[in-house]
Amino acid sequence: MQISINGTVHDVKATNLDELLSECGYTTDRLATAVNETFVPRAQRSTTELTANDRVEILAPMQGG
Amino acid sequence: MANTFYGLRLPSALMLGTAQYPSPAVMAQSFRESGASVATVSLRRESAEAAGQSFWEIIRELGVLILPNTAGCHTAKEAVTTAHMAREIFDTAWIKLEVIGHADTLQPDIFELVEAARILSNEGFQVFPYTTDDLIVGERLLEAGCQILMPWAAPIGSGQGLINEYGLRAMRAQFPDISLVVDAGIGLPNHAARAMELGFDAVLVNSAVARADDPPAMACAMMRAVEAGKLGRQAGPIAVRDMAEASTPVIGKAFLS
Repeated sequence: MQISINGTVHDVKATNLDELLSECGYTTDRLATAVNETFVPRAQRSTTELTANDRVEILAPMQGG
Repeated sequence: MANTFYGLRLPSALMLGTAQYPSPAVMAQSFRESGASVATVSLRRESAEAAGQSFWEIIRELGVLILPNTAGCHTAKEAVTTAHMAREIFDTAWIKLEVIGHADTLQPDIFELVEAARILSNEGFQVFPYTTDDLIVGERLLEAGCQILMPWAAPIGSGQGLINEYGLRAMRAQFPDISLVVDAGIGLPNHAARAMELGFDAVLVNSAVARADDPPAMACAMMRAVEAGKLGRQAGPIAVRDMAEASTPVIGKAFLS
């Protein structure tokens, strides 16, 4: 199904958020996730089912003032 | 309590941002020269090259406290969600709460700011709100649960210094027991020193250091300025007068005319 990941649409096999991170090569713990503008804690990724056209945000540390 | 940051006493009154340096090595050197004990950071979409992880390794090696921000957020909802994500990534309850209301001045939207501060404080966050020098907004933020106020001195990145010194002085007088941090607008070391002379507890600087021709040198200058201003405040400045008051004794002066 098609999922938007950080603003770009991807065709993925994953059915939950945890699988999506693995499928897309995100292996570190130093990430935070949101689905459809709602924060999904690390502990809930494996139980967060994805549906077509979901919008997933994967954020990481970045420079800031 | 003034001069503490949610119970912590910091070894340095200088906080330093991590953005806009010409290179990671220059950023790290600037931190070493600054003596800063707090680094502000942000969250952004992770790249395919995992740039965020590389940045994190550099920050971790600095050995400073991490203050994540919600830069770029325009609503309380967006800022709260960003804060949740920041807490998970950086494993800290600290959050520098920014809710921007104006595109050109980056002035905070104080209505959304207070709402976000209330939500986050109730959830256990330790909120550092980027605000204006408005005293009533300060009162509302304290009522919302903030124990620190971070008024701007001037628009972010403008380098204008303390454009409303009266407002900052009034904040110090109005909130004598609250830690106050000047956040944004510092351009020169004398701006940082002046904020400390006014009795502020810390100064947060980013652009003035990162965009200087020699960032590590400017970082060192800011560190010295903050220390000078703080010591000057503690030393008890003399009262300002309109007229001169001779410093050399008059008694014993020879009659020579």
